[in-house]
Amino acid sequence: MTRRNRSLWTILGAPMIVGVFSLVGLVGALLEDGLWDLLGAALLATTLVTVLWGRWARRG
Amino acid sequence: MQTRTIRAWSWVHRWSSLVSTAFLLMLCITGLPLVFTHELNEVLLDEPWAPAHAEGRRLDLDQVLQTALARQPGEVPAFMSFDEDRPVVNVTSRAPDAPAGQFSFQPIDQTSGDPAPPVAGHPAMEFLLQLHTDMFLGLPGMLFLGAMGLMLIVAVVSGVVLYAPFMRRLPFGTVRTGKAARTRWLDWHNLLGVVTVAWVLVVGGTGVVNTLATPILAYWKDTALADLAAAHDAPAAVGEWASLERAVERARVALPGRTLQFVAFPGTDYSTDHHFAVFFHGDTPLTTHLTTPALIDVRTGELAAVAETPWYVKALSLSQPLHFGDYGGLPLKIVWGLLDLVTIIVLGSGLYLWLAKARRTA
Repeated sequence: MTRRNRSLWTILGAPMIVGVFSLVGLVGALLEDGLWDLLGAALLATTLVTVLWGRWARRG
Repeated sequence: MQTRTIRAWSWVHRWSSLVSTAFLLMLCITGLPLVFTHELNEVLLDEPWAPAHAEGRRLDLDQVLQTALARQPGEVPAFMSFDEDRPVVNVTSRAPDAPAGQFSFQPIDQTSGDPAPPVAGHPAMEFLLQLHTDMFLGLPGMLFLGAMGLMLIVAVVSGVVLYAPFMRRLPFGTVRTGKAARTRWLDWHNLLGVVTVAWVLVVGGTGVVNTLATPILAYWKDTALADLAAAHDAPAAVGEWASLERAVERARVALPGRTLQFVAFPGTDYSTDHHFAVFFHGDTPLTTHLTTPALIDVRTGELAAVAETPWYVKALSLSQPLHFGDYGGLPLKIVWGLLDLVTIIVLGSGLYLWLAKARRTA
């Protein structure tokens, strides 16, 4: 744990990227079929992957 | 952010959550199997079936309707829909004095008129759907759940506002595993809550729009369809109706190149008292979810209007797939289900954190 204050971008960067990925996935799968159905699911799944990545990065 | 501001947002977050958590948990728990409605119906209603005369002539829609109504004497038709992968027409009817939402549903083999086994609407799934939609309370229940959805949106927004000052000194992904259970669960609550914000806002927001279906459709009928709805003083009796088969043919001519989805009979939410509303959808992934009705005069069988839907009805139509998560195949549904489980953890941990704090300060 660091003691210094972190900037708003450092705090909200990862959640914002995941949020944008989720929205692109949700809308993309609605607008297109085929590959976009899989891509949409994958983009939405970045939410769960980010949790695993975040926990892995803070391990120990 | 000043301490006073943070305190105000905490208050908003706490109370918007406390008011709605019990209902949101119910919605998440019933919603989980509902995401897989299609798959579960397939398993629960699995019954081998073949049409009586696969290659033979098909009954016309008037014959199908007569057959269905003869099996439910005294009922009036409400909807007729068409299975995509088998020659089956589904007739929904209701007793004139039946409470709102109570219907008879008959899948009918269009090659013989015999009843066909249902492929949707297993009672267990219908029970969950009803609980999820209005808790068996009709429109008031629906609107109440819509209000709970608004509370969810307030809770998510205030949660995000609080996340930033809270995480000032903690890197993303931190769960202070060495600390007390309350601290650990607070970290999990924040981590799982913040990554699911976009999905929860979409599912929650579209859920709220869906709870407004009845007023949205009523408004559409009262404005855009007002002239058509006022064409006659009293509805025509079923015996005075023109041919349904020809009405659908006429509608096809008016909306060529589109796929027939369902017919709403006079007097239902989706039509006026004087028209067959024949609904078609488009064939692109997006327009599959957008329907356009051709309104056919029930007395004459003539085309009365092609009623292009206004933006708020389109918004309602698109809110359905975005709420159900059933538009991108099984992988999307699985992610939908997992995010639903994560949301249950966020709700549960939020409740636990409040209880733990209340106990500590007591």
